[in-house]
Amino acid sequence: MAVWVTGSVAMAQAPGSAAPSTTTDRLAALEKSSADQAAAIAAAQTAGDNAWMLASSALVLLMSGPGLALFYGGLVRKKNILGTMMQTFAMMAVITVLWGLVTYSLAFGEGNAFLGGLHNVFLRGVGLTPDPKYAATIPLQTYMVFQLMFAIITPALITGAFAERMKFSAMLVFMVLWAIFVYSPMAHMVWGKGGFLNASLGGRFPCLDFAGGTVVHITSGVSALMTALYLGKRLGYPREPMPPHSVVLSFIGACLLWVGWFGFNAGSALSAGTLATSAFVATHFGAAAAAIGWSAAEWLRNGRCTALGAISGAVAGLVAITPASGFVTPMSALWIGLIAGVGCYLMVVKVKAVFGYDDSLDAFGVHGAGGTIGALLTGVFASSAINPIFGAGKATGLLEGNKGQILNQAMGVVVAWSLSIVGTLVILFVVDKVVGLRVSEEDERTGLDLSQHGEEGYDFAN
Amino acid sequence: MQKIEAVIQPSKLDAVKDALVEIGISGMTITDVRGHGRQKGHTELYRGREYSVDLLPKVKLELVVLDDMVEKVVQAIVAAAKTGKIGDGKIFVTRVDEAVRIRNDQRGEIAL
Repeated sequence: MAVWVTGSVAMAQAPGSAAPSTTTDRLAALEKSSADQAAAIAAAQTAGDNAWMLASSALVLLMSGPGLALFYGGLVRKKNILGTMMQTFAMMAVITVLWGLVTYSLAFGEGNAFLGGLHNVFLRGVGLTPDPKYAATIPLQTYMVFQLMFAIITPALITGAFAERMKFSAMLVFMVLWAIFVYSPMAHMVWGKGGFLNASLGGRFPCLDFAGGTVVHITSGVSALMTALYLGKRLGYPREPMPPHSVVLSFIGACLLWVGWFGFNAGSALSAGTLATSAFVATHFGAAAAAIGWSAAEWLRNGRCTALGAISGAVAGLVAITPASGFVTPMSALWIGLIAGVGCYLMVVKVKAVFGYDDSLDAFGVHGAGGTIGALLTGVFASSAINPIFGAGKATGLLEGNKGQILNQAMGVVVAWSLSIVGTLVILFVVDKVVGLRVSEEDERTGLDLSQHGEEGYDFAN
Repeated sequence: MQKIEAVIQPSKLDAVKDALVEIGISGMTITDVRGHGRQKGHTELYRGREYSVDLLPKVKLELVVLDDMVEKVVQAIVAAAKTGKIGDGKIFVTRVDEAVRIRNDQRGEIAL
């Protein structure tokens, strides 16, 4: 910076010695040069930030397209692989169109404390100039498309709970309504202008959610549990064995999720600066610690460490570190990951067995539980040295002495749980009455690939 | 003519094939199958749920040979496929009434 300023003065003086002689002329030349300099610096920062944000947006889509589709696809029986992958892929198409038409506006347009307005429908006013309230150095359209990728993966996460038994048509209607009535208000409350939980824009209950612990993971996880309860168990569950048909596919998917998550969390810095680095590192440490936590719990209980356990643990850690990623140190990230790894393991193995619900691919056990753990722990570990969101040097998390923050976090958690439970149950009821949610018994036995799409994932005869 | 069906461990397939080629057997049909005899299966654990897998992967060889080759073939398979543990598999021998070479409609032993 100092070099730049010196340079600008030198450049201003060079022409000054030739043409303008009066002090006024020289001053004007100096001001113009200084303004040019400031514009050049701003342009350079925009270029850097925008490059990272576009890359991050692509990384977040990578989590859905190959990542989640493979992770979930491998966990179902082979007659359902295409049906399962299509549920995620359909979100990439349907939610995108819906986002452009209306849901971006509902989530991020000017509105009240709970929902955005309709000012930005059809992306009106969402152009290439930045909106300083969201991100001062990147085009608003970059911000819009980055947020879109979150809106895509969130409903896609829910599909894990009703896997292998929901009609494709019903799933589409359900997801459209869910995006409008659950995701959009939640995103607005936590991240939107005027949202009452928005910590960066002075919401009444500033709930720290860096990349979507409440908005993405609690909403999807809790809604997932509702769908599993409403639709009921798969035919033959738990009597018939339903092991994953390919842990290999799930393995590739989980590793893609891990990589894509750097865009999800470090991208949520909305710039390419030091905060992005901090979130990137915390994300990685959280995932690693959770993989170890889940594996260790499994090893102690069963005497073996499974591949599926290790990758499930990593995903649980990524979920839990999501709200905390831009607020905590790497060492805090280790703790959050470890707690989430063990906690989600117990949810999936113990709690699910006690209650007997068929959350087929553990969308609730991993995202609902991991998201809740992460959202609450963010209030404990948040550090003003990493992110002085409440002002420089002001206590941020419980460990720094801000006792009230845990209540703000709890408020976010309660709102996310309530909205997900009520919203999802109402939508399920409506869709069930209008189109019917479940495939017929015969179609379920045949599998979603053939019954819903008329094709098969694997054709070994040819 | 007799048909020899041998269900063996998949890992022993190459050894058995080599042993058969060595005693002059030129043709065989091989299928991937699943099954179990006295061998118990194993259990698999996915996210805490235990599944018992009792049908294990095996390989089935089928070959039809002249009567005087039967004993040699059986011995070759036993020697090559044996580990001495439960799960090594079984061999069945049955009479065959007719064989037909599709290419030229040859019948009987000459069709083998």
